[in-house]
Amino acid sequence: MDWSLPKFPLDDLSDDALNWLTVQLSPITRPFSKVLSGWIETSTTALNTVPPVITIAVAALIAWRVAGTRVAILTAAGLAFLLDLRLWEATMQSLVLVLISTIVALAIGVPLGIGCALSRRTWQVVSPVLDMGQTLPSFVYLIPAIPFFGLGPVSASFATIVFAMPPTIRMTALGIMQVPSELVEASDAFGSTAWQKLAKVQLPLAAPTILAGVNQTIMLALSMVVIAAMIGAGGLGGEVWKAIQRLEAGRGFEAGIAIVILAIILDRITQRMARRAHAA
Amino acid sequence: MDQARHKRLEVRLVSKVFGSNVDDALALLRANETKDAIHARCGSVVALKDVSFNVNEGEILVVMGLSGSGKSTLLRCLNRLVEPSCGEIFIDGTDVTKLRHKELLEFRRHKLGMVFQHFALFPHRTIVENVEYGLEIQGVEKKKRRDQAMKAIEVVGLKGWDSKYPRQLSGGMQQRAGLARALAVDADILLMDEAFSALDPLIRRDMQSELKQLQQRLRKTIVFVSHDLDEAIALGGRIVLMKDGEIVQVGTPEDILTAPATDYVERFVEHIDVASVVTAGRAADRSQTALRTAGKAAADIRVAAAQSLKAVLPAVAAHGSVPVVDEDGAVIGLITPECVVRALGRQRTGVTYLDPRPIPAAAAGTLSA
Repeated sequence: MDWSLPKFPLDDLSDDALNWLTVQLSPITRPFSKVLSGWIETSTTALNTVPPVITIAVAALIAWRVAGTRVAILTAAGLAFLLDLRLWEATMQSLVLVLISTIVALAIGVPLGIGCALSRRTWQVVSPVLDMGQTLPSFVYLIPAIPFFGLGPVSASFATIVFAMPPTIRMTALGIMQVPSELVEASDAFGSTAWQKLAKVQLPLAAPTILAGVNQTIMLALSMVVIAAMIGAGGLGGEVWKAIQRLEAGRGFEAGIAIVILAIILDRITQRMARRAHAA
Repeated sequence: MDQARHKRLEVRLVSKVFGSNVDDALALLRANETKDAIHARCGSVVALKDVSFNVNEGEILVVMGLSGSGKSTLLRCLNRLVEPSCGEIFIDGTDVTKLRHKELLEFRRHKLGMVFQHFALFPHRTIVENVEYGLEIQGVEKKKRRDQAMKAIEVVGLKGWDSKYPRQLSGGMQQRAGLARALAVDADILLMDEAFSALDPLIRRDMQSELKQLQQRLRKTIVFVSHDLDEAIALGGRIVLMKDGEIVQVGTPEDILTAPATDYVERFVEHIDVASVVTAGRAADRSQTALRTAGKAAADIRVAAAQSLKAVLPAVAAHGSVPVVDEDGAVIGLITPECVVRALGRQRTGVTYLDPRPIPAAAAGTLSA
């Protein structure tokens, strides 16, 4: 006897929904796509025309200002090694995607995090969405990106932004919520507006936590950018992907190490920034 | 004397209910339901019930009670850090409960200063940046607010510590900074929430006497929340005694000691230091015979009616019976060792051991130690 139920057509429904959404949202997605690809292209071209030595020097300088001497040396050495491995262009491609995606993720995530901290209802809506987001495997994020943005760096960037945003939102909200209530009361007692309270008391005190969130966001962004090679994002992920397809383990390992070096540099810089904010 | 003083704050029938069913709870309150009944029926907590009192110009009013009495909630209603559920609060004639948000901010900026139990100093700012916070919020330009902040820092005795961070200061010093911050905005009314409770006993006593001295100079109107009866006595002002969100008694420490309104008040003042509270005027013998003896005593040995027993003990010990004079120098009675012993060994109920007649021109505000 056949007890099997008819299959619930979730795949067809999802396809239909996605098609409908693609059409409906195109007034937003088209310009978004244009702006983003513009940024990505200009930055990539810029970084590829500037002689690598200068880029390394500037990066080391920034690292020195923001994170101290040791990190600056690490930055310079690491990037120089990547240059030697002939992986400079790929690194710059990945770096551009990481930085641009991170900036957009922060630009959306920090205000959203502030909104969550200040409004209990917003937090109640956003928090479960963040939880869900963290359980989805990263490459799943690529799937909705493709119908809207096609293959290539813009799709990768979109998926990266969505994937990397949750830590920023969460840590921003948490950081602000953890400001001692007596300090918030003091700020109110002296007649601060909500904006003054935010700018003078809450954000400065939440800064270490927010920067920890930024650190996590950058790390997630890097991991996503590498995976996004699957949809044509190129960069270091692309090198790994090529190596896999050609069964060239050595090249794959090189690209892998390059990713690790880039990750360490970005991690140390942002961690240092967070720790410095803590000491203040 | 009280009538001549101008009322700075008037609190009228303020109640506060925490929880969701505020209106239902208020209705039940008006029907005189108990707090427990209201909690059972609406799930709401009644923190304050029909609280009414006045604060006069230049006085230190101590709001006293144990934990859960509602005293901190009441203080926060005055500047609406906590929103009263009903009632009116007049500060200099304006009903604070009716102010709109912008007006409330103006009020907080200019009329009120607040000092917190755990100091509430901003750890990311230096002492002077903390002290000038209120002025910064007001929009005062940098040089002017720096000068004013530095002045306040000097007044509280923190000169030289302006560029340090709060973590580098001891508890007592941090609270001085908190006080400086409240003084810097030059508000006339200070709200102090258990300001000295987090300090150790010796520092606490120093701060209490310093506050009194400061008060002589600055003449602020202070509402001081405390759970410590000795502190209330040391500060020397009137006391509003609260229990479970309601006012139980209002009066000077002497009033509360000599005429406790309820058993609770009696228990509260059980271990009070009588010698510091009862005045010579109250304890003195004011009968006709006493007055005649007093008139015959040597002219140079006198004690003031407003002085505490503690203060006049040396004189009584040295001279036996000493005449007691009022503010204008007129003799109102005679204080003898017997009077002192009777006052110190007071009986709990029944017998009136102290002369209940009002003392002419006695100061109802500060007691001199």
